[in-house]
Amino acid sequence: MPEPNARDSSLVACPDCDLLQHLPPIPPAGSAHCARCHARLWRHKVDSLNRTLALAVAAAFLLLIANSVPMLGLAVAGREAFTTVIGGVLAMWRDGRQEVAILVLFTAVIAPAFEIACLLAVVLAVRRPPAPAWAGRLLRAYEILREWSMIEIMLLGVLVALIKIAELATVIPGLAMFVLGALVFLLAAMAAVFDPRDAWARVGWVAGASTRPGEGGR
Amino acid sequence: MNAQPATAMSLGLAGCEVCGLVSRPLAGQPPHCPRCGERLHFRRPASIERCWALVIAALILYLPANLLPVLTTYTPLGSQTDTIMQGVVELWSPTSWPLAIVVFVASITIPLGKLIALAYLLITVQRGSPKSSRQRVRLYRMVKFIGRWSMLDVFVDTFVVALVQLKPLMWMAPGPGVMFFAGVVVVTMVAVNCFDPRLIWDLPQKECHA
Ligand SMILES: [Zn+2]
Ligand SMILES: [Zn+2]
Repeated sequence: MPEPNARDSSLVACPDCDLLQHLPPIPPAGSAHCARCHARLWRHKVDSLNRTLALAVAAAFLLLIANSVPMLGLAVAGREAFTTVIGGVLAMWRDGRQEVAILVLFTAVIAPAFEIACLLAVVLAVRRPPAPAWAGRLLRAYEILREWSMIEIMLLGVLVALIKIAELATVIPGLAMFVLGALVFLLAAMAAVFDPRDAWARVGWVAGASTRPGEGGR
Repeated sequence: MNAQPATAMSLGLAGCEVCGLVSRPLAGQPPHCPRCGERLHFRRPASIERCWALVIAALILYLPANLLPVLTTYTPLGSQTDTIMQGVVELWSPTSWPLAIVVFVASITIPLGKLIALAYLLITVQRGSPKSSRQRVRLYRMVKFIGRWSMLDVFVDTFVVALVQLKPLMWMAPGPGVMFFAGVVVVTMVAVNCFDPRLIWDLPQKECHA
């Protein structure tokens, strides 16, 4: 398995304007920006793998809890009703809005779970470079799915729903709401400490040694 | 600004959109990134055409999303339907008005603003305008960052419906508007991903698609 050699891996093309440039050596916690459009090209993150691993394990636990305990309860005229995240999906499904139910399930449960699982597997796999090619495939899925993981938006939605219903009945915030609140911070921290450039540099290439990075640049 | 900045494309190189590796696509077979296997493109394929098609589709969905009811409330006395805008008005009270503004911005302003911004970016790129490229790329990044938040109302309706199921006292059901609204969110997010911000910097004569 070829390692990308140091000379070539400092060559980057800005994702937002395609300007070809060399990454200068960056001190830990420093970052490099595109000379033309100021897109952030790289942020050098310290101890990325260990920190990501710790946060991903914690996030996995919280996601599990958030999906198994009640999130929101309602008390009216002596009756109480509780719902969970999945309960919301089921209500939409039952009322004939299957497309919406699937979208909510995907953005509130599946994508976050996949985001966490992908990062867990990737940070474990790349500890001994070169990591197998499936680590690269997972990392790619992570990059694509990340914007569809919408825990923070769902939490705001739950808050608005709570206020809306509070005019009609007594609302009881459930444990899952607080767990989701903590999860929002954990997911943000996880994305902030993970260094995709570092992880990619440790992944084995799908094409063997035959293809080399371009010799371009000046 | 430099007259001839060296872009990867101008040197026959392509930066991988998934892993960031810069490599030289080989002629002949469809090129793939040697590291992650992603298809390599100098620019996203048919970026302008696909993005326009999705912007127009989203604009069409935007009308029923706002005109049709998203929630129906049933009580023994009858039923009442609410559109997104009526939901915002009902949320408006001395204590909860900040949330009403948040819902208004996320559900009405953001989707429309996103479509206007994308149309503006598409038109300026098609004209080959070299002006204010830096502001335009900033606008693109903002649209990509904020766009997801229009899912807010879908979540609100989902959990209101899930909770208010006190038959026969009072219960709620989602209206057809939710489906169209969810459609707007998904279609605009895909549209943003179809647009290639690197086109903003390409001068008309240098345009080429891989
Ligand atoms: Zn740039
Ligand atoms: Zn790649």
